[in-house]
Amino acid sequence: MSTNAATYVPDDADRRLIKATQVGLPLCRQPYHALAEALGLEPPDVQARLRRMLANGVIRRIGAVPNHYALGFRANGMSVWDVPDDAVADVGSRIGALDFVSHGYCRPRHPPEWPYNLYAMVHGRDRGEVEKKIETIARLLGPRDRGHKVLYSTHILKKTGLRLVD
Amino acid sequence: MDATDRLIVNELQGGFPVADRPFAEAATLLGIDEDDLIERVKRLCDHGTLSRFGPLYNAERLGGAVTLAALKVPAADFQRIAAAVNAHPEVAHNYAREDDLNMWFVIATETPERIAEVIADIEAETGLRIYDMPKIEEFYVGLRFQL
Repeated sequence: MSTNAATYVPDDADRRLIKATQVGLPLCRQPYHALAEALGLEPPDVQARLRRMLANGVIRRIGAVPNHYALGFRANGMSVWDVPDDAVADVGSRIGALDFVSHGYCRPRHPPEWPYNLYAMVHGRDRGEVEKKIETIARLLGPRDRGHKVLYSTHILKKTGLRLVD
Repeated sequence: MDATDRLIVNELQGGFPVADRPFAEAATLLGIDEDDLIERVKRLCDHGTLSRFGPLYNAERLGGAVTLAALKVPAADFQRIAAAVNAHPEVAHNYAREDDLNMWFVIATETPERIAEVIADIEAETGLRIYDMPKIEEFYVGLRFQL
């Protein structure tokens, strides 16, 4: 359902590299050299593997992963929307282009109690800020908004990085 | 957190170079010193301002699978159910949310088949129905999250 392209098949060295870096890079002047040394690989090989995984979309990006809560964005609203199926791709792309939406997905409905098929995660410093952003989305959808609500998070019960390789 | 820290958080959410001296290259673009950048990134990670600094992997491109699952948990049972759900290593994130569907978690597995097994296990352990919400389509969102 959600396959973008062919799956990348990592070899043993890739898997070890993924395992070593999914919690973060070594924070030193030559992080890729440090990784190479730790994994028994050559630095150019480590760099080539990372470049290949970037090009293939296995790595979405390399950089800072902010913690919204720690940055003061304490209101986290998962907005869910019931939009016509034939409009979801179009409005989904437009909502994804809004700079306050951090994730946007089309997901299956579970009728009758769960008619929602479009999800947009909205962060704000408080609920008032989130509500304003939700209004912006509602205006953008217009009559294609057949119903929506916002589910605020009250507690983080578990948060770990996605463990890809055990 | 000062203006330089904010610059780092805003500008370095992607595009960190793959190079012999990547911090030096990134620091030049930010107009700061290599060692200063390294120290600041360390501090931002230590303080929890950044969850981490490094590659963000896409599990599905590696043959893994991810779904979003939701439960309607009776209030009196919430802690016990949360512990049962969280005990599964495949459960990556779990949030309590204000709704009848009051527990939402991400299940990430190395194979697509494993998702159904984890769902069946959690349903058997909790006696609750899981609402499985796998993504049908993901809409591109940019990097941002600007301060």
